[in-house]
Amino acid sequence: MSEMSENHDLLRHSLDRLFTQQVNRPVLEAAEAGTFPTALWSALEEAGLTLPMVPAEQGGAGGTAFDALAIVRAAGSHAAPVPLPETMLAGWLLWACGLKIPAGPLSIAPVRPEENLTLSANAGGGFRLDGRVTRIPWGRDARALAVLATAPDGLKVVLVEPGGFALTPARNLAGEPRDTLTFTGLAVKPGQVAPAPAGVDGAALHLRGAVMRSAQMAGALERSLDFTVRYAGERSQFGRPIGRFQAVQQQLAIFAGQTAAAGRAVDAAFEALAAGGDIAFVGAIAKARVGEAAGQGAAIAHQVHGAMGFTREHALHYGTRRLWSWRDEFGAESYWQEALGRRIAAAGAEAFWPLLTGTAD
Amino acid sequence: MGQAFRFDPVDLPPEAAGLRADVRAFLREQLGEYPAGRRAHSWSGFSPEFSQAMGRRGWIAMIWPKRYGGHERSALERYVMLEEMLAAGAPVGAHWVADRQSGPLLLRFGTEEQKAFFLPKIAAGDCYFCIGMSEPDSGSDLAAARTRAVRVEGGWRVNGTKIWTSNAHHAHYMILLARTGEAGDDRHGGLSQFIVDLKTPGLQIRPILDLAGEHHFNEVVFEDVFVPETRLVGTEGGGWQQVTSELAFERSGPERILSAFAVLVELVRAAGPAPDQRVAVALGRLTAHIATLRRMSLSVAGMLQAGILPDKEAAVVKDLGTLFEQEVPEIARSLIACEPELGSDEAFVAALSRTMLYAPSFSIRGGTREILRGIIARGLGLR
Repeated sequence: MSEMSENHDLLRHSLDRLFTQQVNRPVLEAAEAGTFPTALWSALEEAGLTLPMVPAEQGGAGGTAFDALAIVRAAGSHAAPVPLPETMLAGWLLWACGLKIPAGPLSIAPVRPEENLTLSANAGGGFRLDGRVTRIPWGRDARALAVLATAPDGLKVVLVEPGGFALTPARNLAGEPRDTLTFTGLAVKPGQVAPAPAGVDGAALHLRGAVMRSAQMAGALERSLDFTVRYAGERSQFGRPIGRFQAVQQQLAIFAGQTAAAGRAVDAAFEALAAGGDIAFVGAIAKARVGEAAGQGAAIAHQVHGAMGFTREHALHYGTRRLWSWRDEFGAESYWQEALGRRIAAAGAEAFWPLLTGTAD
Repeated sequence: MGQAFRFDPVDLPPEAAGLRADVRAFLREQLGEYPAGRRAHSWSGFSPEFSQAMGRRGWIAMIWPKRYGGHERSALERYVMLEEMLAAGAPVGAHWVADRQSGPLLLRFGTEEQKAFFLPKIAAGDCYFCIGMSEPDSGSDLAAARTRAVRVEGGWRVNGTKIWTSNAHHAHYMILLARTGEAGDDRHGGLSQFIVDLKTPGLQIRPILDLAGEHHFNEVVFEDVFVPETRLVGTEGGGWQQVTSELAFERSGPERILSAFAVLVELVRAAGPAPDQRVAVALGRLTAHIATLRRMSLSVAGMLQAGILPDKEAAVVKDLGTLFEQEVPEIARSLIACEPELGSDEAFVAALSRTMLYAPSFSIRGGTREILRGIIARGLGLR
């Protein structure tokens, strides 16, 4: 354990250095204006940080879920405007079914549980992909997409390369691309298709997306708390730093509590990913709990920053606009709360405590 | 600095699963169909028979040395035993203070004679303690204590008043915090701790009924109460340090997240197997909260076992935990219509009513919400 945490301290340190060098205001503003940060992406790829959980033979880093957590959390902390979690998820999908993983930023589809793509046989051989998916992260910038599609003989994973589909650009509140992709008989070669392995389906992908967003939010909360505590120590009113006022201290204590809870919930989800635990339960808890912390944390961050934090010039919004976006992606709190609540209710009162303690039969 | 608060991951030891099963079997045998209104008493339920039965099973003094009647189990095993007891609403109140606070205090600071005399009795579930800290003019501000112990031939003479003393009317001994000298500039000097036999002449115990009309609290008045020399705990004037180290253990246990658990269980029962969306969402939210709190609380227990003193983290757990405990009855009543009534025949109503009347205490006892947030703010470097 201690060796592992030492390695993670090292990883965290180098992540912090990389993101501090590569993610700054010009990069963030350019990304929002439509310029993909290729230097940042290259640095991440060179450092082997884009496919942490894929074995080395398939071009990954052969690491653990905890490596992925450290990377995604740091990316969220620094508001890195790149599809890191999406690339990890695409890599996971493609690797799990034995398809080749292309280099470069990747994305996934669909990201909303109610949307569906269909794969059918093409008259002239091969397959055709049909359907419309919305809110696809970095759809326009992805070098390839790992797509789940329903075929007559079961669920497939399809490797889709750019071109040949219609793209309608859209963005989340933080200016990150969330595009609509429409496939109308897109030709797919047999080598780009593989049956989805057991346990890999739309729900599993959606859940993993939720866990990834939770990790990003945990990082963004930690960083926003840092900003806010520092600001409260620097900003003076009535002759003393505002952080000396008990009213402000109490707000920051609430923020710190929410941030700590978010961090713990995310750790638990990645522990379940690493150990093969009840990820449906723990992942839902993470997204529900972290999403709630995100709303409370962002509100306090802005309240303490006052008018300064309300401006585009201050850096606080790179984190808070992401928190407000990410909490609604891959299922908002209410989505996962309802899923949890239905499971609890169906199991019944006597099963509640065993479920909480992981000791259910 | 975002991770100014440290919540290390923790793995329960392999023995935990067997222990958990043993405790559940014991609870089934001891409590049977224990009514929800009783379960809602949580750790204020008082039963010497139950405490003695726990003592026989080795579930009091679990982590103390064997030579003092302890069982040398790990803090995480104790956590598992405790959370099972609390989730079942078992009446653990009789030995509660002695096991959680007084015994550990004596283990750290007591004389050999004190340890040999008191600890085996506590471990057996036969000897109960209460805590004499708060006074009429000294609540959150412990350093304002005015009860005074003056040196006399062979010991000390105590005068003053302690208040909110839970179970003083049932307990055998009190750990008394009294002024033995001047406070000094930091206000933390001149306080000492004593073990007081509650049958000593000059000591009066008066009941203070709580919101539910129940008798847990007392006012304890000392009039020239003699305390022998041998009953000073630790060092004269070292009371502040001894007390504050005790509080860290008091703030993060499962009792800070499970006080309203009886209501939660009855809410799940009342919701039925297929609730509407509003009820399902609320149940899921409460589940996400309690599951996360449990992981935070376990993490603090793991760090305590590893010899780290996570006092800031303990304050975070208690602040969030008691907020949650107070939310449970409020949310429950918004989902299931009922008019609260103590002692109702309906399990949900009985648990809800008892918890509603007890909930205000959750964020007062063991450090008020405001004090805890002050500690958290200090952890952030703001004070």
